[in-house]
Amino acid sequence: MKRARLTLGPLLFHWSAAKRRDFYLRIADEAPVDTVYVGEVVCAKREPMVASVQQEIIARLRAADKEVVLSTLALVTTLREVERIRELVNGDLLLEANDVACIQLLEGKAHVVGPYINAFNEGARDVLVRKGAIRIVLPIEMNKTGLQVVAGTAGDTELEYQVFGRQALSVAMRCYHARAHRLTKDHCQIICGIDPDGLAADTIDGIALFTINGTQTLTHGNAVLLSELAMLREFGVTHFRLSPQDLDMVAVATHYRAVLDGEQAADEVTAALRTLTGTTPWINGFLHGQPGRQWV
Amino acid sequence: MSIRYLELVCPAGTPSALRTAVEAGADTVYCGFRDCTNARNYPGLNFDFDELCAGVTYAHARDCKVLVAINTFPRAGDESPWHRAVDHAAAAGVDAVILADLGVLDYATRCHPNLRRHLSVQASAANAPSIQFYRDHFDVRRVVLPRVLSVEAVAELIAETGIETEVFAFGSVGPMSEGRCYLSSYLTGLSPTSEGACAPASHVAYEEIDGRVLSRLGGVTLNCFARGEPAAYPTPCKGRYVTHGQASYLFEEPVGLNAIEILPQLKGAGVTALKIEGRQRSRAYVAEVVTTFRRALDALERCDEGTPTGQLHGNTEGGKETCGAYQKGWR
Repeated sequence: MKRARLTLGPLLFHWSAAKRRDFYLRIADEAPVDTVYVGEVVCAKREPMVASVQQEIIARLRAADKEVVLSTLALVTTLREVERIRELVNGDLLLEANDVACIQLLEGKAHVVGPYINAFNEGARDVLVRKGAIRIVLPIEMNKTGLQVVAGTAGDTELEYQVFGRQALSVAMRCYHARAHRLTKDHCQIICGIDPDGLAADTIDGIALFTINGTQTLTHGNAVLLSELAMLREFGVTHFRLSPQDLDMVAVATHYRAVLDGEQAADEVTAALRTLTGTTPWINGFLHGQPGRQWV
Repeated sequence: MSIRYLELVCPAGTPSALRTAVEAGADTVYCGFRDCTNARNYPGLNFDFDELCAGVTYAHARDCKVLVAINTFPRAGDESPWHRAVDHAAAAGVDAVILADLGVLDYATRCHPNLRRHLSVQASAANAPSIQFYRDHFDVRRVVLPRVLSVEAVAELIAETGIETEVFAFGSVGPMSEGRCYLSSYLTGLSPTSEGACAPASHVAYEEIDGRVLSRLGGVTLNCFARGEPAAYPTPCKGRYVTHGQASYLFEEPVGLNAIEILPQLKGAGVTALKIEGRQRSRAYVAEVVTTFRRALDALERCDEGTPTGQLHGNTEGGKETCGAYQKGWR
């Protein structure tokens, strides 16, 4: 069996340029991850605000021998957004396509298909591979039965699945962060930037349920698929994604790396991981075919 | 681009609703098979093969077209129900199939090249390159546009791609990008994308506590109402949630979409067809909504002043209506 690759997914939250720079430079120096996805997935309005540090981040990650993949928007609707993807397609970085528009613009050039493009079955996977996908990040809603089939018959295509971090439940045209502050998307003041781990949205009877991140809705719970890593490897998953949260991601990566390499058992790192994730509950329901918010 | 006539595409949740829609003036009806292959997989709805054949015969005899929605995403390892649905739609002589999944599109293109293919809203194609992708690779002839676009954006897309479009004219307002929303499965474990049921009734409960009615989905409270107040159905994107200590309809209010006032603008944008939602609704709903839109479209064709817009408020979700994303400022 090939060595399991550990990846750091794109930062979904809107952190300041300085906070991003500090985060990624430490990842470059210290995190035992093979691949780092950078780039804006949620909202095109954020991108110019952090552009000043992007080249340095990419250069430092590459110098540290990380594979760098540039993630693209999950919902593309304006001409300006299409043009931006066209620019990225003509660049020299491997892209993660998160909207079918990106696949069309890539014209067969090798790329990663991100988790926002529906690849729920063998038929869809095979179409994507024919169009140039070398790696497919499977949707978070995929359960283990589906993963086993799609990963088990994928041949040379690499398969990635998120194993840590809040899971993205939806993308929208509307900005809920703006709505929560009685603003509209067009005049949002980039208000999402004040919540580096997203904004809690609870039920009216006080249960923490969702995390709002601009136009994106995430789970409240933190997905932790640690005991399941061995099973996922058996299925044929090759890449294991950690989605950045505002906590010590270097430590998270170190624990996952140790379990993936068989140096530690999952239950040996559980307590340490609990300390890192604080009071946020752990969830793993989607993989087990249960309501996504559950811990099985 | 100018088109002659806006096609009225109407819901047929059951064989009797199909006849009702045809009689009320539908140009086209759309329906689905009684299984997980369509996005309205609710008990008591939909068609088996024989019912579809009879429906096609009935509709075609009255110059009405029939579309079949096969618009969920197959479960891995078991794509056969979706392939069979495409085979059966072709055998029944339908006018087009409405598809979303890349694998199902590929199957239909290879096995039934002459069966007309429309792209479902579940594929969430909201920009020109996406539409071109589905057209170039699967010869998709019509795209059902996501309801997240303004009229101006719809016009731009049509001008850029030249493709036939179908837009939602009446039904619900979906704030999330469709076909990739996991809110309902997060609460229930059942997937709208592969099982075809968002907020399935089997997981809905109402409970009265201290004079208030709580509505729940999968055991999670999504809203509460005073006794006697109409309780909206607990769809996760229409629930009330608390941010900063304040409860609000964070995603969308429980309002319905009604674009009847902006039919001239939609026609001016170059739209080909208008979709009425509601395969899960009653025959009375189908009759009233289809009749009202038929009158409005006929008046539009005659260039009558003041398109009759009727009184559809009783049929919209929550009894309130909006033009949704078609208006700028919604987002």
